[in-house]
Amino acid sequence: MNLPKIKYSLNLSLTEKLLNFFLLLSGLAIFTIHFFKEMLVPPYEIEETKKQMYDFGLKSLPIVGTMGIIIGFVLALQSYFILEPFGATDFIPASVGISILREFAPILTALLFAGRVSSGIGAEIGSMKVTEQIDAMEVSGTNPFKFLVVTRVIATTFILPLLTIYVIFISLLGSFLALLIEEQMSLVYFFNSVTSYLDLSDISAGLIKTFFFGFIVGIVGAFQGYTTEGGTVGVGRSTTTSVVISSLFILFVDMILVKVSMML
Amino acid sequence: MDSILLNIENVSKNFDENQVLKNVSVNVYEGENLVVFGRSGTGKSVLLKLIVKLLEPNSGNIFYRNKNLNSLSAKEIAQIRKQIGFLFQSGALYDSMSVRENLSFPLKKIFNLSEKEIIEKINKTLELVGLVSAIDKMPAELSGGMRKRIALARTIITEPEIILYDEPTTGLDPITSKEISELILSLQHQLKMTSVVVTHDLICAEIIADRVIFLKDGEIYKEGLFDEIKQSNDLFIRNFFSAKILKDVGESDV
Ligand SMILES: Nc1ncnc2c1ncn2[C@@H]1O[C@H](COP(=O)(O)OP(=O)(O)OP(=O)(O)O)[C@@H](O)[C@H]1O
Ligand SMILES: [Mg+2]
Repeated sequence: MNLPKIKYSLNLSLTEKLLNFFLLLSGLAIFTIHFFKEMLVPPYEIEETKKQMYDFGLKSLPIVGTMGIIIGFVLALQSYFILEPFGATDFIPASVGISILREFAPILTALLFAGRVSSGIGAEIGSMKVTEQIDAMEVSGTNPFKFLVVTRVIATTFILPLLTIYVIFISLLGSFLALLIEEQMSLVYFFNSVTSYLDLSDISAGLIKTFFFGFIVGIVGAFQGYTTEGGTVGVGRSTTTSVVISSLFILFVDMILVKVSMML
Repeated sequence: MDSILLNIENVSKNFDENQVLKNVSVNVYEGENLVVFGRSGTGKSVLLKLIVKLLEPNSGNIFYRNKNLNSLSAKEIAQIRKQIGFLFQSGALYDSMSVRENLSFPLKKIFNLSEKEIIEKINKTLELVGLVSAIDKMPAELSGGMRKRIALARTIITEPEIILYDEPTTGLDPITSKEISELILSLQHQLKMTSVVVTHDLICAEIIADRVIFLKDGEIYKEGLFDEIKQSNDLFIRNFFSAKILKDVGESDV
């Protein structure tokens, strides 16, 4: 794998910055192709993958859970103030449910996950790079790309959908709480109202995206970490760049996928 | 004469403009301890990294048991690396793993051992470096010298054919330093291990060296037995040996 070298300095001209951005994109593309090649050939580091999944999931549960309950609560409350004068509060569970499933839960969970996990991967692999730990792995006959990159990217790809499902339930619970306070709505009514309007496409449209988002979080963090140069300064740069790039990619891919799913 | 394990032939290495090694040729014989001397920045660490193909030479060839590293596949290189131990100058312990996991990592990759055998081996190796009590510590909890000794333990635990030591005693107190040097010597005697040792520590060199090479400005400046080199009339080498002592005196004055 030959990655293009990116020159960092404080005073770059606009053209140099643009050039760097394209170098970064092409590097990321090469890195991704390499990932698929390495992923397919044994040995598979199953233990390490499980460990990372567990770690990423557990690390993110509190933050995405808190976000979920607040988002659900606020969405329901705002819909209530808009729809209440029209006496249309019956529609709130369904409309809030669809928004959560299709967009809010997937995208917000992914963005928080990027902030928490992409930066973590970038920092961990980056500091391993600059302190020769990756070299140490390599000389001990282990393939560090497989051990560090492949395991983490697989872990993020499969753990984010699970986290999103968790956030969906928590957000719906938040919405229910808001309606319980404002309307004394019963749980049975809320549940029936949500399920009667939802169909499978709402669920799949939301969840399929999250595999892409999870992949982005893992591959961007790992790429930044693996290409870290320049000591601890470089590690700091990799950490922040991981979050910025993965968040931007998530938003961009979301836009494309929504557009594509509408055309289907 | 013993047979050649490692054959470095006309190797040159540069980083962009910076020419680090120029046409270096060395043989390393099976079972010997070769010490590499040279001032800071002459390319001693680079030379060791070329041997395990962490870096690639710009020209020249390196043969391990007559196999040319330049023409081997990644798989074959991985196979050869299992025969070579490498002690990094920085230690390079895995920060996210405990001492136990650091030591079991290479073991699990190379041998097919039971949990019990692994534990036994870890304990035995920690005993050799005098740090059995550190088994459940994380690297961040260790002192600099302890990290160095754990790194050494991780390197020798797989009992490779040859070990490349990058400054094994730097940063250790004189007593530990001597113990580590004697450990390296005993590995040679008991396990017939070959060693290439980069060091500035003259006491360490005196204990372990069969042969010495002197690197200067990226070239092999002198090669010979330790005693020959020590008695040399060459000004640069005399300076190297005596500056060490002068520098130590100078530092204690401050
Ligand atoms: N990865 C690298 N990229 C660019 N230059 C490097 C790299 N590694 C080493 N160098 C350069 O190669 C030269 C030799 O470095 P090396 O680390 O081999 O020195 P050394 O002899 O081990 O010194 P010391 O005794 O201080 O450890 C230095 O000028 C260094 O800047
Ligand atoms: Mg060095």
